[in-house]
Amino acid sequence: MFNFFLFRVVQTDPIGSLFRGRNVPQETLENLRVAFGLDQPLGTQFLFYLRESAQLNFGISYQTRQPVWDEIVAAIPATVALVGVSAILSAVIGTIGGIIAAWRRNTWKDHSITSGTMVFYSMPDFWLGMILLVLFAVVLGWFPVGGVSTAGSGESGLALLIDQAYHMFLPALTLTLAYLGEYTLVTRSSLLDVMGEDYLTVARAKGLRDVAVRNRHAVPNALLPVVTLTAINFGFVLSGAIAVEAVFSWPGLGKLTADAIRGPDLPMLQALFLLFSAAVIVFNLIADLTYSWLDPRVEGQ
Amino acid sequence: MTSLAMQRRRATAGRVWKQFRSSRSGMIGLGVLLLFVLMALAAPLLADVRELNPVYARAQGNPQWAPPSEFGPLGTDYIRRSVWAQFVWGSRVSLFVGLAATVLTILIGSVIGIIAGFVGGKPDAVLMRVTEWFLVVPFLPLAIVLASVLGRNVWNIIFVIGITSWPSTARLIRAQVLTVKQRLFVDRARSLGASGSHIVGQHILPNVMGLILANATLAVPISILTETTLAFLGLGDPSAASWGKTLEEAFVNGAMVRNAWWYFVPAGLGILAVVLAFTLIGRTLEEIANPRLSRAR
Repeated sequence: MFNFFLFRVVQTDPIGSLFRGRNVPQETLENLRVAFGLDQPLGTQFLFYLRESAQLNFGISYQTRQPVWDEIVAAIPATVALVGVSAILSAVIGTIGGIIAAWRRNTWKDHSITSGTMVFYSMPDFWLGMILLVLFAVVLGWFPVGGVSTAGSGESGLALLIDQAYHMFLPALTLTLAYLGEYTLVTRSSLLDVMGEDYLTVARAKGLRDVAVRNRHAVPNALLPVVTLTAINFGFVLSGAIAVEAVFSWPGLGKLTADAIRGPDLPMLQALFLLFSAAVIVFNLIADLTYSWLDPRVEGQ
Repeated sequence: MTSLAMQRRRATAGRVWKQFRSSRSGMIGLGVLLLFVLMALAAPLLADVRELNPVYARAQGNPQWAPPSEFGPLGTDYIRRSVWAQFVWGSRVSLFVGLAATVLTILIGSVIGIIAGFVGGKPDAVLMRVTEWFLVVPFLPLAIVLASVLGRNVWNIIFVIGITSWPSTARLIRAQVLTVKQRLFVDRARSLGASGSHIVGQHILPNVMGLILANATLAVPISILTETTLAFLGLGDPSAASWGKTLEEAFVNGAMVRNAWWYFVPAGLGILAVVLAFTLIGRTLEEIANPRLSRAR
């Protein structure tokens, strides 16, 4: 509901801004307004919006004149593949890095891991993408400059899959490096919190080796916040890569958003925003559920 | 009485500074930040503002797409403007938007956090529902939507960043106010007949100030990175070019395919340095404000 008013109340004249002052006959503008239902009073528009949203009918894109929902559905697989792979890789690598850093704290390993991840964490993700793109695709020519597969090659099956993975390498590397830092820092501080606990002293007193103490006793207890972070981050998966997808012209939801901004293509932005919010809400719920399942102490509260 | 409190506060500030000085990463961050602040303030001395105007650049006979070896310290762009001038003047916009948006974020977050924590009851419940709603809504898409609906202007960008990033501050401040409220001196002040506003101003606020400051320093990187991303997506102010705007123009006009690295590397490095500086300072302040953290390190 908020979604509707955000777009309607604040916006000026979508049809007017569509043409940006180009010389278009007044009559054409009026016809377009009627076609998009913008001549109706606000209340009628709102009721219409509610009914149509429930049926996944988000209207026609101002830019391409295609149904918004069809374009979104077509873009979902590319985003889920790219951001899903990067999210999993960064969670796994970041957590391992955090464990090493905490277990060997204040050594050169800790310092290089912590400062390295902080540097990646501090740069705009799309800028990292631009640098990697120029270095590996333009200068060295090892990877393609963008897109999801080689156009017109007519490959299928395994060859197509390999081609797509090859195209995905640079954007996935960018996103993995960009997401890594958060996992490393959270894992590290969470493990450091656990490391003073008595049960680790007990485990050592039993004569367990260092590796066993770490993997069996320390890490499982330290991973709780990391699990929550992972679940919450997956909620942002759909909306996470807007600028990076634009840099690599990866045809997913992010690029759709970036293109819609240039319009501005309001029906498109509106539907995307609804989808992004829904994803976050669903994964927050999953995070809550897994948390109380993993840590029974939470249940009572 | 007042002078005693003043003295104590000055002593606290001195102690914080002493602790801060002993932290190497904090001092590095402060040094880097001061360097960039000086550059932003001294912009007119470092680069002629007219260099940002393509008409002037053409009249000067600047070459197009010139690498640093051929022109100035950092070369020129697709419409013959000096990249060095864009870097120097862009630092002003990036720093200003980052700081102003953070002030707004902290202001909204602190006011809501203190009201919710101190008043409690129904206002607390309502404010926390609103906060949760803002936490759940995806941050960047909301900022994008607001920015594209409001229009491309520096003040709108500041408003958008402030209005989307205050919730975590509000929650943090609220939690801190709740613990301070339990302390004995608040009860004492109340039994002496102090009004609510007196308690907040004289007892609660000084005790959450350290946390607010540390949180503010850590919020600046988020503001700067958000501004950069919004500008990169084409939502930046056309009349006030930030570092993000430079990156957008470089990307849109094909600097990458031409391998014109001098066009987009400096702006990104500038953002990286400033964000890193604020993060280092913020983490040091956080350790001082919350000693439990430094024990773990």
